[in-house]
Amino acid sequence: MTASESLGKDLLGLEHLSSDQIRLILDTAEPFKEISERAIKKVPTLRGSTIVNLFFEASTRTRISFEFAEKRLSADSVNVASTGSSVSKGETLVDTARNLEAMRIDMVVIRHGASGAAQFLAERIESNVINAGDGTHEHPTQGLLDMLTLRDRFKRLAGLRVCICGDVLHSRVARSNIWGLQKMGAEVAVCGPRSLLPNAIAEFGVTVFERIEDAIQWADALNILRLQLERMQGGYIPSLREYNRVFGVSRERLERAPKDILILHPGPMNRGVEIDSDVADGPHSVILNQVTNGVAVRMAVLYLLAGGRPELAEAAKGGGAR
Amino acid sequence: MSTPALLLRGGRLVDPSQGLNEIGDLLIVNGLIEGSGHLGEIRRDGALETIDCAGQVVSPGFVDVHCHLREPGREAVETIVTGARAAAAGGFTAVCAMPNTDPVTDNQAAVGFIIRQAQRAGAARVYPIGAISIGQMGQTLAEFGEMVGAGAVAVSDDGKPVVSAQLMRTALEYARTFGIPVADHCEEPTLAANGAMNEGIISARLGLRGIPAEAEEIMAIRDILLARLTGGHIHLCHMSTKGSVELIRWGKDRHINVTAEVCPHHLSLTEEAVEGYDTNAKMNPPLRTAADVAALQEAVKDGTIDVIATDHAPHHYDEKEREFADAPNGIVGLETALAVNLTWLVHRGVIDVPMLVERMACAPARIFKLPGGTLRRGSVADVTVFDPDAPWTVDPARFRSKGRNTPYAGHTLRGLVGLTVVEGRVIHRREQ
Repeated sequence: MTASESLGKDLLGLEHLSSDQIRLILDTAEPFKEISERAIKKVPTLRGSTIVNLFFEASTRTRISFEFAEKRLSADSVNVASTGSSVSKGETLVDTARNLEAMRIDMVVIRHGASGAAQFLAERIESNVINAGDGTHEHPTQGLLDMLTLRDRFKRLAGLRVCICGDVLHSRVARSNIWGLQKMGAEVAVCGPRSLLPNAIAEFGVTVFERIEDAIQWADALNILRLQLERMQGGYIPSLREYNRVFGVSRERLERAPKDILILHPGPMNRGVEIDSDVADGPHSVILNQVTNGVAVRMAVLYLLAGGRPELAEAAKGGGAR
Repeated sequence: MSTPALLLRGGRLVDPSQGLNEIGDLLIVNGLIEGSGHLGEIRRDGALETIDCAGQVVSPGFVDVHCHLREPGREAVETIVTGARAAAAGGFTAVCAMPNTDPVTDNQAAVGFIIRQAQRAGAARVYPIGAISIGQMGQTLAEFGEMVGAGAVAVSDDGKPVVSAQLMRTALEYARTFGIPVADHCEEPTLAANGAMNEGIISARLGLRGIPAEAEEIMAIRDILLARLTGGHIHLCHMSTKGSVELIRWGKDRHINVTAEVCPHHLSLTEEAVEGYDTNAKMNPPLRTAADVAALQEAVKDGTIDVIATDHAPHHYDEKEREFADAPNGIVGLETALAVNLTWLVHRGVIDVPMLVERMACAPARIFKLPGGTLRRGSVADVTVFDPDAPWTVDPARFRSKGRNTPYAGHTLRGLVGLTVVEGRVIHRREQ
């Protein structure tokens, strides 16, 4: 069995992956971590592959992380942003897709504001499609790098108690985390104002904490979501000040926890809103480890979708085995 | 009138308007029903076409009180001609065209245009529905009297809710003079804003903004209460929730002048059809849950819901070929309505064929005060002949409608229209 068979053509989300597939990606990421520690951060693994990073939404971190992953694997990649391309002239997603396909590309990494956009693209082109965030649906590589970071620290995911804090309603990171962590045997909770949780949240099989203090008592790790500032204008919460007072993760609140709690945040942070600076910069924060792991996870995904066999990942770092 | 007399021989005559459900013949002369029953040999001067209807149901022609024919304004998507032909192919002898055209059908000239185009089409009858407010802007009442004079049979701002309760009150009061129903698209706009599907676990999983059932129910009860206040006739369009059914029942129990319709898709499909972001499962109101479907089916059975209407809403294929949240609402329905209703309601034992004929033919004609809806001697000969059992597979490429947007593509359904007759004239005949 080849890895491409076991992962499929595309990575659209974690909801429909099996625990074996998730484990495969995480395990494949391990040997790729080391490449980024080298003086010459480049292996020839994806030499000759053409990859388009198709970003319909502004993104710095995710786009750069994918770009580094591609470059360190020697792929040829092109960035297409929604401004300055035909997309901004009103071209439809399906036409954009067909034009890319006509240029004989191998993979597309897509970030789009509409839920389902990655699947839409994947159903219409033969290239591999990687979802780099679609609307409020999924952001699978973020979920994977969060899990890799948790696994690094705890050496396991099964039985781990992870609470996702904040705007779950509008968060693709939250959904990918919930599906991924549940499949890997972790216990997942959410905590946030009810106006920022889906009404059907209980049907996700997660525990819901009304108060951040209760979440902190329960959790091994908190994954603190960015509070989009437009949510306040949208009337979901009255003010950032009150949000911080009621739901903000502060050092004082963490000090009342029965144990040390690992702190994750997908970034970019609003310091003083959902997370206080002394927590973000504190000893239990792994926020920068997440960023480092992001490159390794994305290298693993690119490698596996390109047809690389996981047992060759170690060897691939040195040679051109594909 | 020079159409030949028509003898529909040996079909099962189903006409709930006179409690008829028996094998027999139907004779049509000069566009009128001349007689029914065991007519034996017919001797008459002039042409007589005899059509064998053995094994088929012969019923009053279906009447769709809710469709969108897109003309004027979006003729690339549908025209009155193609819509009226699609209707005929679906067994409809008459359809009511909603006024959300471009320009909006909000004056007598616009109403007259639709009447004229329909006459040219020579297929199913098309009755215009006028707008409640000028431009469907929800501000100024349109001229109901002038529009009714030109041929409008109801008023509605369908596609949009009437947000102002005061405007709805006035519309219900003012419509009483002309004896027409006020049809409302029930949607509380702030709750439903930007919604793409039913709110629930599936919308939460797919990351699509949901429309709660309450967005419909709040407006449904508002309208029912305003009908109580005014004595006007409120007709609630495309009801989709269990809660709405309970509210309509509450209103009818109190003899409030409320009627309601439901669409075939809300009687057959659930929100699960949206999985995979299928834009052909996107409509407004959205597909709901299995509990809603069950409640709506029960309401069709017990009469809480009076009519089944299609909400036929064609779109160009590339309008639907896009991101789910950005795709337009609506599906075509004229050519699948009968078979969907037979497959999900009759063949699964929810209702029998006479009840289906009541909901698709008799009740809509009665409620909107239209000709047809009966096979009584002397009434206009609008008749549909259909095989209630014949299976067929939905192939949108074969639709007469310009629209291809249907969630039933590839489904095998049961029930085929054999013949559609308007005023004694065959406007559709199934290809053998």
